[in-house]
Amino acid sequence: MTDCIWLVPLIPLAGFAVNGLLGRRLPQWAVTAVAVGAAGVAFLLSLAAFSQLLRLPPGARRITGAGYTWIASGDFVARVEFLLDPLSAVMILVVSGVGCVIHVYSIGYMRGEGGYYRFFAYMNLFLFSMLLLVLAGNFLLMFVGWEGVGLCSYLLIGFYIDRRSAGDAGKKAFIVNRIGDVGFLLGIFLVFLTFNSLDFDSVFGQIAAAPLRFPFEVQAGILTAIGLLLFVGATGKSAQIPLYVWLPDAMEGPTPVSALIHAATMVTAGVYMVVRCAAIFSRAPLALDVVIVVGIATALLAATIGLVQTDIKRVLAYSTVSQLGYMFVALGAGAFSAGIFHLMTHSFFKALLFLGAGSVIHALGGEQDLERMGGLRRHMPVTFATMGIAALAISGIPPLAGFFSKDEILWSAWAHGHPVVWFFGLATAGLTAFYMFRLLFLAFFGAPRRPGAGGHAPHESPPCMTVPLVVLAALSVIGGFAGPPAWMRLGPNRFSGFLEPSLADGYQAAQAHHAEGTEILFALLSVLVAAFGLWIAYRMYVRRPGTADAAAGRFRWIYRLLRNRYHVDAIYDAAIVRPTVRASTNVLWKGFDVGLIDGAVNGSARAVQGFASVLKGVQNGLIRSYAVWMLLGAVAMLLYLSVYGVR
Amino acid sequence: MGLLHFLILSMLLFVTGAVGFIVKRNIIAMFLCIELMLNAANLSFIAFSRFLNLVDGQIIVFFVMVVAAVEAAVGLAIIIALYRNRNTLSADDADSMKW
Amino acid sequence: MMETALFYLFAAAALASAVMVLVNRKVFYSALSLVICLCSVAGLYLILESPFIAAVQIIVYAGAIMVVFLFVIMLLDPFSSEILRDKKRCLAYIGVLLGVLAATILYPVLRAYNLARAPRNPGFIEGGAGSVARMGHALFSDYLLPFEMTSVLILIAVVGVVVLAKRQASG
Repeated sequence: MTDCIWLVPLIPLAGFAVNGLLGRRLPQWAVTAVAVGAAGVAFLLSLAAFSQLLRLPPGARRITGAGYTWIASGDFVARVEFLLDPLSAVMILVVSGVGCVIHVYSIGYMRGEGGYYRFFAYMNLFLFSMLLLVLAGNFLLMFVGWEGVGLCSYLLIGFYIDRRSAGDAGKKAFIVNRIGDVGFLLGIFLVFLTFNSLDFDSVFGQIAAAPLRFPFEVQAGILTAIGLLLFVGATGKSAQIPLYVWLPDAMEGPTPVSALIHAATMVTAGVYMVVRCAAIFSRAPLALDVVIVVGIATALLAATIGLVQTDIKRVLAYSTVSQLGYMFVALGAGAFSAGIFHLMTHSFFKALLFLGAGSVIHALGGEQDLERMGGLRRHMPVTFATMGIAALAISGIPPLAGFFSKDEILWSAWAHGHPVVWFFGLATAGLTAFYMFRLLFLAFFGAPRRPGAGGHAPHESPPCMTVPLVVLAALSVIGGFAGPPAWMRLGPNRFSGFLEPSLADGYQAAQAHHAEGTEILFALLSVLVAAFGLWIAYRMYVRRPGTADAAAGRFRWIYRLLRNRYHVDAIYDAAIVRPTVRASTNVLWKGFDVGLIDGAVNGSARAVQGFASVLKGVQNGLIRSYAVWMLLGAVAMLLYLSVYGVR
Repeated sequence: MGLLHFLILSMLLFVTGAVGFIVKRNIIAMFLCIELMLNAANLSFIAFSRFLNLVDGQIIVFFVMVVAAVEAAVGLAIIIALYRNRNTLSADDADSMKW
Repeated sequence: MMETALFYLFAAAALASAVMVLVNRKVFYSALSLVICLCSVAGLYLILESPFIAAVQIIVYAGAIMVVFLFVIMLLDPFSSEILRDKKRCLAYIGVLLGVLAATILYPVLRAYNLARAPRNPGFIEGGAGSVARMGHALFSDYLLPFEMTSVLILIAVVGVVVLAKRQASG
């Protein structure tokens, strides 16, 4: 197994190759078998890798595999090398596991759609890129995977090629990601300049071995710069302020894409990357502060926007942005394993929420507007039950998974000296519960509000869609017990213990000791806030349905601001997009391309033409003129011979 | 008289013929100038033949004269054909071979 | 002494008539001037002790070729006063300039060939380079092939002239 770790990303790549090249001619069952089979095999291999890792003693859990030299240019050597340690093992399990479940779901969801083989080909390509990203052993290979997932995101968002809005959304996602990638690349360059290597082992080893001089002087300056630049890349990929604007638009893609890429895996790449570079970030306090501020601001901002959205997928999109903010809060507080823990639990219930939403959309024949749904719990019991579990999980109600992970994050924020962050995190938790249950109540409770309700009644989805829902629901229930807090007396936090060796190069600042009682109090507080949010939502949307509109009327100014998403998109458009397009058209296209380059090419042709038209004047058909030229030549020759002599 | 005198004379005749060829516009006149140039060359040959005591100069002149005769005949035939077609004797009017 | 005078006489005649060929407006007079020039050159050949060539010059060149010229001139409007069209006025001036230039360049070159005339001995006419005997001897031994080929050349010319100048068959 040690030598076969490269199979894990390669099997989905093979699936992509088969489906991409031959898929158009293969029957639908064959395409399905190849794609889902590839995902399944990748998951099994991930499990095998995980179990092998477990068999090793904790200190030695580090397997590198399949290195071959990719670039050898003078002093710079870049290798294709995979690194399997606890962190990457967790990631490949999450990616391939959730990926496999979503592949199965897609069989039912995409059954009637055109481009079936194209969808599964891209999904396999995405799995390959994401697995490459998390298994990479150096920055360069990780960047390859980073770009690969960006590409697949673009391809899959714009999957419905007959829809202009889908294409635009895909372009927006790619371009905004690219802006983040510039920062990421600059960070990589700086890493190479400082450490003369891009290899994780080498770089982090150099950092760890350097003597610690508090307050770290020059060392911290470089590390802070690297950390901030890398974080810029993370804001792009993981949709934080200011580069989050692509994620809500990305809902144009099919729902399984939203579930896999924009909830569970791709957007978590930024979180993974920061944790992987824990050695750098933990020694750059300024960078960590920036991370935590951006994280909590994003969490709060997205939660407020999600309160008033009416498209079911948009609500979930903003919820994802908000929860990613939570993960970055954890990272910024120095609790890296808490961030990964939330990453894992979030992938379970967010994927579940998206798949459930897809189930609803599928049953209603494409309807996505919450205002036009209602009363679905009678018709779709399984979807209702599983989405209910997911909503409880994301709100942080014990004993579901979300409670454990969210609680750990809020506690680390307090414990590492960020009380303001804790407060806002708590408020956001309440908002989360509110908007999540608002979604649930609007969709599943009350009288049906959809037009043509007399027509065919919506039915529950087929088993290949509902079984993944159940699987994810089960994971949402039990997943939290992998990392229970100490005060619950449920045994050690196996999750963070498992991740410990991956974070060994991180610098552990001394922590103030807090009483256990405070911890229990805070946990109770967060549950109460969540329950309060739930109750308010219940009152507003089930008991007295008119309350929401009344509140919207009373606070019209705020309501409109939130509805328009703080006008961020409009601001970006006016301030950045339009000037860039204008500059590009006038300067680069008209000035440079047409004027300079075309001008030079055409101009040289015209010059030759002009020169030739002058020369052709010699051929004027007059014998006398020709005689003059001959005589001229003869005289010239005579002159030459008389001066230089005949030799 | 030294060789130089004959050569100078030959040169002057040749230059006159060349200039005449360029200046005159009537085709037949241009042809006459060609004959003038040929004669100048012949003179030069004969002069050298006399002063170097070589018979080859004379032979060359003999053949030049034959060729001149032939060329005059053919050229004049062409000029007649040209006059028949274009009804002009101006060399400048026969400029169809221009670009 | 006599020779020098004769040389200058014939030379002046040749040059003057050459210039007349250039200058005359009517082509008929140009042709007649050329005849005078040819005869003067024949005289110069005699001074150069080449009787055969001098005779050929008079008989063939002045006698046959120029006659053909005059025939054609007569055929094609000999006294036309038509101002022929000049499409490029500057050519004349350029031509004159080039001529002067050529003469100027050639003069110093030719000065190198200032060979004096060999003294004449009495039997020179019969045994000299220009004598008929020597020329005939060379023509029929060393230069036999070109000699025979000239007859072919003349034949070709005759055929060509007939074809070119023939009136087109009507219809």
